Amino acid sequence: MPTLALKAFRLRKRYGSLDAVDDVSFELRHGEILGLLGPNGAGKTTTINMVLGVLQPSSGTVEIEGIDIARHRSQALARTNFAAVYAALPGNLTVYQNLRFFGLLYDVARLNARIDALLAEFDLERLRNTRSGVLSSGEQTRLALAKALLNAPRLLLLDEPTASLDPSAADQIRSRIRAMARQGDCGILWTSHNMYEVEETCDRVLFLSHGRILLAGDPRALPREHGAASLEELFIRLAREPLADQRNAS
Amino acid sequence: MRLRPIAAIALRQLYLMRSSPVRVLPMIAWVAVDIVLWGFIARYLNSVTATGINFIASLLGAVLFWDFFTRVMQGVTMAFFEDVWSRNFINVFASPLLISQYLSGLVLTGISTSLVGLIVMLIIAGAIFGLHFAALGLLLVPFLLVLFLFGIALGVLASAMVLRFGPASEWLVWPIPALLSPFVGVFYPLATLPSWMRGIGHLLPPSYVFEALRAFVAGGSFSRSALLISIGLAAVYVLLAAWVFTAVYRYAVRSGLLARYSAESVS
Repeated sequence: MPTLALKAFRLRKRYGSLDAVDDVSFELRHGEILGLLGPNGAGKTTTINMVLGVLQPSSGTVEIEGIDIARHRSQALARTNFAAVYAALPGNLTVYQNLRFFGLLYDVARLNARIDALLAEFDLERLRNTRSGVLSSGEQTRLALAKALLNAPRLLLLDEPTASLDPSAADQIRSRIRAMARQGDCGILWTSHNMYEVEETCDRVLFLSHGRILLAGDPRALPREHGAASLEELFIRLAREPLADQRNAS
Repeated sequence: MRLRPIAAIALRQLYLMRSSPVRVLPMIAWVAVDIVLWGFIARYLNSVTATGINFIASLLGAVLFWDFFTRVMQGVTMAFFEDVWSRNFINVFASPLLISQYLSGLVLTGISTSLVGLIVMLIIAGAIFGLHFAALGLLLVPFLLVLFLFGIALGVLASAMVLRFGPASEWLVWPIPALLSPFVGVFYPLATLPSWMRGIGHLLPPSYVFEALRAFVAGGSFSRSALLISIGLAAVYVLLAAWVFTAVYRYAVRSGLLARYSAESVS
């Protein structure tokens, strides 16, 4: 097994004179949950879109298990999947139809058995024939996660997966994701604005601001190392004074 | 090329039609109305004119072929629009799906839906107006092939346009067949047109089909090589459309348009 699930090297995305992502490099190991943090507009979603191949970097490379996505997009994405709040599954298809549709797109072997297993795992069996557009937020999130696991991805990207969930449902999702990571087959890139969730879930975090990585490290140790009482306080400080902290960090 | 991702695109459309009769009705209703309307017009013209022209065969036949072409084009664009309407691009294009597979899926959907319309038209035209296309014999093959290929080409091109200019440009897609119809001579010979329109007509493969249809119905001769040229021309348009779609897709990935299609409204 390749040691790295994901390697992003000197990623840059420039829109006119604006660098949405500026020289971002990071690595993600199998079994690791890496948190991508930052205020709105920091470049998190832009980074994820580049990793997913739906946005071409202005420069830099993305390798998924050593496969360059720019050269071998299909092979790289066959090992990847994602769930994002802004990418809801088609609401006019039922839960089963959505899973079957995406299962075929990902060319998943023994698809019916895989769908049955995921419906059971995410407690969606009773909603099998319900149109996904009428599901509650929590149910839609569970469906999005079931879709994201269809192909047993080696790289899983989760863009604010618990944003619309109540605390109990969010806790269940986090537990599932942690359990998945513990199995060691999959690297997980996770974005969230919930710092409690990040401390509890992520092994490592990257702080992005204005498209650049300002800080990286263990979310439980970083606040102490930078004189903050909590990760949330550190987040607020970095979000408001990113350039000053960048100078301090360097 | 893996076939299951191609099947997925067509299967999605089948799921949608199965769950909503409203989606099936337009495939049948509009072509049925067209055939009935033009069938009676043709019957009336047969009764009041003594030109010797069989209007049922020439006029109604032309309407049937033109509707088939329109249905092929719309079958492709409707499958594409499903991803536009459900803001599904990021889910689809972040999968291992190749552009060639995506386009093949759209084409497969176009074939399936247009065949339903064609069968309905053939039944009505035969049962009510006595128009039997079996009389065309093997000519049916090149006729349908040209219209099918050109419908695919225009459907893919229209999809590329909507991908490039956003969902608001969708309204530009629907009138495309109507805009082309004066140039291809659906109801009249190309010779009727002024030379500049005739020149455009010669670049449009369906014009050769309608010229040949009229000649066949009138018992005259028609150029088989012209029909072969139209097949080649239509195939070139298909390749050209696929190239344009791929270029627009690459632009959309480069510019961020594809990602924004899902993340925010594009207008």
